[in-house]
Formats: sequence, C-alpha cells, structure tokens
Amino acid sequence: MSATRVLLLGGTSEIGLAIVRRLAEDGPVRAVLAGRDEAKLEAALGEARIDGELVVIDADDLDSHPAALDAAFARLGGMDTVVLAVGSLGGQAGLDAPRDESLGVMRLNFLGSGSLMLAALERLRAQRSGALVVLSSAAVERPRASNAVYGAAKRGLDDLAQGLADSLAGTGVRVLVVRPGFVYTRMTAGLDPAPMATTPDAVAEAVAAGLAGGAHTIWVPGRLHWVFTVLRHLPRSLYRRLPM
Amino acid sequence: MPSRAGVRLTGWGQTDPAVAELLEPRDASELTDAIALARSRTARGAIPRGMGRSYGDAAQRMAGVVLSGRGLSRFALDAERGLLRAEGGATLGEILAGVTAEGWMLPVVPGTQHVTVGGAIASDIHGKNHGTEGTFTRHVRWLTLAGSTGEVQKLEPGDELFWATAGGMGLTGLIAEAELQLRPLPGPLMSVDVDRVADLDEAFAALQAPGGAYRVAWLDLIASPHGRGVVTRAHHLPGGWSRLKAAPPAVPARAEVPLGAPGGLLRPLTLRAFNALRFRAAPRRARGLVEPLGHHLFPLDGLESWPRLYGSRGFLQYQFVVPFGREEAVRGVIELLHSEHLPPFLVVLKDFALPGTGGLSFPVPGWTLALDLARGLPGLDAALDRCDELVAEAGGRVYLTKDSRMRPEMLPAMYPELGRWREARAAADQAKLWRSDLSERTGLVAR
Repeated sequence: MSATRVLLLGGTSEIGLAIVRRLAEDGPVRAVLAGRDEAKLEAALGEARIDGELVVIDADDLDSHPAALDAAFARLGGMDTVVLAVGSLGGQAGLDAPRDESLGVMRLNFLGSGSLMLAALERLRAQRSGALVVLSSAAVERPRASNAVYGAAKRGLDDLAQGLADSLAGTGVRVLVVRPGFVYTRMTAGLDPAPMATTPDAVAEAVAAGLAGGAHTIWVPGRLHWVFTVLRHLPRSLYRRLPM
Repeated sequence: MPSRAGVRLTGWGQTDPAVAELLEPRDASELTDAIALARSRTARGAIPRGMGRSYGDAAQRMAGVVLSGRGLSRFALDAERGLLRAEGGATLGEILAGVTAEGWMLPVVPGTQHVTVGGAIASDIHGKNHGTEGTFTRHVRWLTLAGSTGEVQKLEPGDELFWATAGGMGLTGLIAEAELQLRPLPGPLMSVDVDRVADLDEAFAALQAPGGAYRVAWLDLIASPHGRGVVTRAHHLPGGWSRLKAAPPAVPARAEVPLGAPGGLLRPLTLRAFNALRFRAAPRRARGLVEPLGHHLFPLDGLESWPRLYGSRGFLQYQFVVPFGREEAVRGVIELLHSEHLPPFLVVLKDFALPGTGGLSFPVPGWTLALDLARGLPGLDAALDRCDELVAEAGGRVYLTKDSRMRPEMLPAMYPELGRWREARAAADQAKLWRSDLSERTGLVAR
C-alpha cells in the first residue's frame, strides 16, 4: 500500500499533529509539516514520531503562499490530505483587548488561513483528487461577547470553506470542516474550559471518521451540534446572558 | 508514643491474621525508642508497616512487633525544582493532594493512592506508566533508613544497602524519610484512549500501540478463557486547572461495603455478571476521553473496603511477570486456572519495559498479569503451585507484595539476586531484628 501523503499547515498545532498521528494508525503516512518556526517544527516531528519533512511558511505573508504550497506539494509529488490548522487565540476581551492583538487574530485566522486554503484547494483541484480538512470552531455557530473577534474570523474562514466546497462538487476534491468546542491544548492551558471540553485525540478520531464517511461538517463532541441548534434559536436577550 | 498490644493485623487480602504489638513513633527520638523497645520485647522480630496494602503477610509479624510508619507522615515540596522530601509514613494520596495544585506529579503511582512512601520504596512499586518512568525508587534521590540498632543512615542510589532496601520488603529497616524528584504536571485531567479487545493477542498488541504512557488492560477471564477485555492508554492534558477543585486527585470514597455484606458476594454468577457489565460499559473504541487523573489512576479507591466483597475468607492476588517472548506462560496460567474452575474476579495485564532498581524488585521487562482469586476455593493452592512452576520455568517471578502462599523453594529460582540481597541485608541487620510473616514463611531471611 502506498503511503498517504499529508500536508499539515500549522505544523506545530497539537490538534493538527493528533490528526496526522491518527491517520498513520490506519496505514503508512508521509507528512510535510509547514509552519513559521523550523526548530519548533523539528521538535513536533520528533515528538509525534511521524515520517515526515518540513517546509517553512509564514501564514501572515500572503504573497508567499502559492510558491510555498508548490514547494510543499512537490516534496511528495502531490497530496492526498491537507490539514489546515493555522490559527491563534486572542482578543477575548473584545473592545478592551489590545487592538494589535485583535487585528492579529483576524489577520491570521481569516486572511492568512483563507489565503492558504485558496492555494491548497487550487492545487488539489489541479490534481483532481484529495481532501482538505479545515479546523474551524464551534464558536462560528453564533457570535458571543466572549469571542467576538475569534468567532468572526473563524466564521469567515468556515463560510469560505463551505462555499468553496460546493464549488468543487464533482471535481474529486472534498472539504471537511471541523467545529470543535473547547479543546485542552497548550494554547488553551490558561483558559477556563467550557462545558463539553474535548481533546486533540478526540478531534482526530472524529476527523478520521469524517474522512472515511462522506461528512462535510463535523462537530466535536458530536452532541455540540444539537446544543448549538438549540442555542442558535434562543432569543438574543436570553442568549446574551448565558455564562459562556 | 502510641502503642497497643495484641493487635490483629492482616494484609489487604484479609487472610492469615497476625496478632502483634503495634508501635507508632511520632518523631526521630520516638523512632529510636521504638526500635530499642522492639529489640527488648521479643525474639520474634519486628517489621515496619504502612497502610497495610500489601495483599499477604509482608507487613505483619505474628507475636512480634509491628512498627507503624504512619506517625511519621510529614512532607515538604520545593516547588521550584519539584523536589519532595517526605517522611516514610506519608501516603501518596496525601502527597498528591498537596503537590498537584503546585503543578507537580508523583512520577509513579500504583492503582491505589493509599500506600505510604516507605511502602512504595519497600515494594519498589510500579504504575501504569512503567514504560516511561520505571519503578518508584528510580525517582528516589536519597532515603534515610532506621536500622535494627536504632542508627539512622542516609542512603543513595548506588549504595548496596539502598539496592537491598528498594523492593526489600521492609526487611532492612524502617524508611524514615526520602527525597523524590517529581514530574511537572501539565494539568489535573487526562486524555484516555479505550479499546475493547477480543482476546489476549489483541490485548498484547493494544498495550504496545502508540499513545499515552499510562497503559493497562483489564481482562474478563470468566466469560472466556481467551481473555476478552478493555485496554486503556492515557496521558496528562494541559490546562483545565479550574477543574482541580471539582475533581481532586485524591479520590474520596464514594461508597463503603458494609461489614456484614453477605459472605462472598463475589460468587461465580455475580462475578460473571460484574465482568460482563464492566466489559459492556466500556466503549468499543474511544479516543481522547477526558477523565480527572484521580479517577483514572485510582479506580478502586472509590469503593473503600472492597475486599469485604469476598466475604470472611478473604482473597489473594496472584501477580507474576514473564519476559517478553514467553507469552505462552501467561496463556498457561490462564488455561490452568480455567481448567481447575478457579474464576479470577479482577484481572489486570500490563507491560513492563524496565527492571526495578533493587535486588528483590519485582519488575523485569515483560508481561505482568495480576489475578484476584477468592481464598478457600478447592484446589487453589495446588493450582497456584503449578502456576509458580510455569512462571519460574519461563524466567519470571511472582510479586512478593501480593504473595500469601508461595513455597520457599521457588524463591531462589525467581529472584536470582537473592544471595547477594541476603548478604547485604544480614550485614545491615546487626541486631537480627527485622522479620515478617512473609520472610519466615518463604525463607526470605535465611535462618
């Protein structure tokens, strides 16, 4: 069996690495980890015990993306699965957060990630095969005061992914949008976990199941879907008062 | 100093009671007095005792003296460097309650938090994360040992007496204090992978699959002698500190088994139902379940006094290890018990990656199987004697901390360092004080 070729954009993301490790449980995987910091990518590769190589990409440097993705795809002669796990937390304080921080979150989580998504999907379409896994967030389900900035940027990215997925119907390329709730990672270690918090390994398991089936959007844990289906329809005056 | 004569003591299996004088020194000078008193009291010897979690007769001395370590249970943490100085009688649960909030974790914990530091060293205990951390004494930087003449010695890894004390079953003296290197704790929660397995081969494979360092297999050998079961692999999760209050590492008892529980609730039919229920309660396959570390690491502590479920005759645990490549011995023991109609209630399989650090340490790289069996089943002793032979033949050994029935002639075959250990022990025990019912029964201390 030939190895599954996986590109992880956001190569030090704990969730992204858990997905690559999980895919490697089902069969041989060759991976390219792409990210800003070569030393951290190197460490992530060693820690995850993945057969892989590194490509340096700066998600904020939009103009560099096409060439960087060409280089990444060329490493393995194309890609079977691309995992888009670029993102940062911040701006939780809304108007009281430092302006730079909020702009950084919007820039990275929508513009930077969106640019990488376009570049990746162009190349998958050209090879007429492959899957893109987009790490969105349950925060896109309905805006909240506590994550207005992060939620808006992720929602933009989520919408972009959903729209492009439809445009790719019949091309052999598919998009899987993943909406996890609170995930215990080093990035969230300082935060108070929300109810139904989950883990990178649980997200990875859901992604593997989603890729094996025909899903286009998944929630982790799955019951978050139903919780938000209810929350979306709460009157705004009531929703605003919920402790989340 | 608290002292009581005529105290009835047993191990955790509630079998083979001893009546002894129990002394509980509360500081260094009382400890010296207690040892002098023990020397003068009787020629039958003395043995230290912690929480009495050894299953058999390791921490008791019939008509002798038992020195409780529980009077010496203070500890202090250097939160900068993660260095813990603890008296021998402090329990791992007491320590965890103190150090986890500071972001530190004991590198090795057994399946119960109710053991003392002294007991953990004297049994050179192992935990679910044996593959990465080895045994408890690997993390001991030094210890102080109160010997039979009352003198207190500081011992470090590399010292012959440290080697004889680690896993030395308390027979070199009372462990007064020890310093441990703790591990940074990323958070109070764990991420747990669960796999149901259909047989023993699947269990072996799942225990060696990639994933978290805390790994163990629970087997149901009652429904099938092939050993269906549930394998878990777990690792610490970062963050989640606000959940520490709701789920402290020290598990409070959720229920107590009443003293008059109908003798032997764990009969074959109930055993079968319990095991089937437990098997079906586990998901077929799950990844990254969130569990508080105390609930994951100490599953049995929630039910205080569960050995009472076995009724008045008590139970024993047969735990052995055989090297990798000798899996047929694991199968052999299971088949033998099955053919003799001896149903084991609780069965745990685990891999050992590293040897222990002491002369009588139990772990060697290989597979360890622990089986809980009700005492008094017809044919049990003879069957276990045959199991001993299978284990010794495969180059394995049984765990002295769990033992209550092994024949003396098996000891040298299972513990090749016995001769050197006896010499080191005898040299240290100048007053010929330290003896336990275990050491007398098995001939561990040469007479």
